[in-house]
Amino acid sequence: MRVFEFLSTHRSEFGGLLTQHLFLVAVSTMVAVAVGVPLGILAARRPRLGAPLVWLVNAAQTIPSLAMFGFLLPLPLIGGLGARLAITVLIVYALLPIVRTTVAGIKSVDPALVEAGMALGMTPRQLLRQVQLPLALPSIVAGVRVAAVIGVGTATIAAAVGAGGLGEYIFRGLSMVDPTVILAGAIPAGLLALALDGGLTLAERAVRGALAGRRKAPLRVTIAALGVLGAGIAWVFLGGAPSQATVRVGSKNFTEQIILGELLAQTIEARTPLRVERRLNLGGTFICDRALRSGDIDVYVEYTGTAHTAIFKQAVDTDRGRVFQDVKNRYAAEGITLMEPLGFENTFAILVRGEEAKRLNLRTIEDAAPHTPNWQAGFGYEFLQREDGYPGLARKYTLRFRAPPRAMDLSLIYRALADKQVDMIAGDATSGLIEAYDLFMLEDNRRYFPPYDAAAVARAAALAAHPALGAAIGSLAGRISVAEMRRMNHAVDAQRREPADVVREFLAPR
Amino acid sequence: MLRGLNLAVEPGETLALVGRSGAGKSTILKAVNRLLVPDSGEVIVRGQPGASWDPFELRRGIGYVLQEVGLFPHLTVSDNIAVVPRLLGWDESRTDARVDELLRLVDLPAGEYAARRPHELSGGQRQRVGVARALAADPPILLMDEPFGALDPVTRAELHREFRRIQSAVRKTILIVTHDMAEAMALASRVGVLADGVLVALDEPDAIARSEDARVRAMLEPLLEATAALRGNSSANRGTES
Repeated sequence: MRVFEFLSTHRSEFGGLLTQHLFLVAVSTMVAVAVGVPLGILAARRPRLGAPLVWLVNAAQTIPSLAMFGFLLPLPLIGGLGARLAITVLIVYALLPIVRTTVAGIKSVDPALVEAGMALGMTPRQLLRQVQLPLALPSIVAGVRVAAVIGVGTATIAAAVGAGGLGEYIFRGLSMVDPTVILAGAIPAGLLALALDGGLTLAERAVRGALAGRRKAPLRVTIAALGVLGAGIAWVFLGGAPSQATVRVGSKNFTEQIILGELLAQTIEARTPLRVERRLNLGGTFICDRALRSGDIDVYVEYTGTAHTAIFKQAVDTDRGRVFQDVKNRYAAEGITLMEPLGFENTFAILVRGEEAKRLNLRTIEDAAPHTPNWQAGFGYEFLQREDGYPGLARKYTLRFRAPPRAMDLSLIYRALADKQVDMIAGDATSGLIEAYDLFMLEDNRRYFPPYDAAAVARAAALAAHPALGAAIGSLAGRISVAEMRRMNHAVDAQRREPADVVREFLAPR
Repeated sequence: MLRGLNLAVEPGETLALVGRSGAGKSTILKAVNRLLVPDSGEVIVRGQPGASWDPFELRRGIGYVLQEVGLFPHLTVSDNIAVVPRLLGWDESRTDARVDELLRLVDLPAGEYAARRPHELSGGQRQRVGVARALAADPPILLMDEPFGALDPVTRAELHREFRRIQSAVRKTILIVTHDMAEAMALASRVGVLADGVLVALDEPDAIARSEDARVRAMLEPLLEATAALRGNSSANRGTES
């Protein structure tokens, strides 16, 4: 019910996303049919060529979609953020079912009928068109249906590369931990899959009728389909060349990142004459980094610790200055400029209840260590397991809880602390819930956690081309305290406010 | 595997080749329309060596009735019959007229049967459509591979009568292969007997019936048994009457 409410208030946005989604699936499925059926025919008639071909499309199918997006992103022509890349990936996934069912369909035609066709004087081509293809058609259409249904599912991931579609709602809902928004994307996607499946069944009947009868109808259908296809491809590949005075701002796909992306965008809009294109909500560190290197985005906010370990694969280092300098140098070597930190850090936060901290006069983790024998702790699964999570922390500060820490889901952990089910948790330093539940973050005074200072990373070429850009981004240096970041996260996550509005208020002169 | 085969089918005659399964009967038919190419030797069709024909041209000029019929399940009866005329590029009105004519010839009224699919027909009806399809482009030559093999005896006898009626109307050069000597006797003006890839006898039906060759007798055996049984029955009947 709430999903329906959400959809009716977001009607025009929903219509746009649904159209994008349908477009992605339709174009990719049509291209996959145009490529896959001939490949299948070739594979069925020349097994020696066919076997490796089928193996190849098989292998492509096993690549995880997000990884495929990352690998293809920097390639010319098919790469780049947006519909083009999404369609390319969707085509790759759609090929397997189509090629396979085409091969299977043609091979399953009764050899007696093939011989009959030959005995009547059909050339191999006529045999294919008049006997083998019509008889393989149900099998081929079944493959197209599978491909389209898989396509509807995979296309939700297209939101990770900024191609839009219903995945926008799913990613947005995931980052806001709001099931209503997730379902607003997932339910229509499911219905779309069912509708496509049904529609293709009807199409199968139409095509079969046309093939069985005289030969003009399929020709017309083919020409029409190719026309739609050509228009779609032209739209995707020729359209959207950005004008020069444009800066593209990216972000990862969680609330804080979207707020920071919006913050960069509004700041640049306010302080420069540049046009800003928002490429927010991209699918994670890997995609953002790839997009920055390929020039698909010009700037986004990264965290120094994440860049150090996840992007540059360096061993964990807890020295803030050293990490910053190391990351800055490594980026610089690749034509990317690490800007001054924004002022806050998104690190692990060891939290206790505010009143408890006041009562016991706690400021640091070290202060709290003597009290741990009276406490119960709660940690996320990953933090509990990882060597650089709880085990190392307990050694560093000699924490000894009265019972083994409880493993808890991260979305419930703040509430569990506020409700006194546990007495100490590891959370996220910028979570809006810290303020909302009046929790207290103990200082990591022995520097156990690596630094995660938020700082913009920008392409040096973009900074050189637009001198005002660097100044605009630089104006944000040190401007955001951890408390302010928490408040903005809280406004979006808990109060359901639009990131753009929250950022506008933040930037308004006080 | 065929060896030392020397066979001439005269224009307008119906020649039947009889042999057990695996005797090489179908191979002969496929050699005629070049679905198979002989390792050595030559097939001459309409006075021209097989190798010099364009194979597709050749096949479109030879009607072919297949074992198990081989109708295309996705096509209607009339589209099945129209396959070869369309391959030959006939215009639609000529094709349609020809299909109607053939449906009349094989006694399947167009109004009732033209739009049906093969699975909506009985075995005998399918076989008639198979014959109509083979005759569609009016080829001078007809090849038939166990054409009535899959039918029940009563339907088969009916189709044999039908075949003789049609043959007297169209006068084709027909080569039939079958394992059933009775069928060969019923349809053909000359009968050949194949054993292990060798043609062991070739003559008119009564001469074949009188043959002393053991390999021919073997093929005649089921026929003689049936006749003997019929005779035995009739004499027994007479016995009770007197």
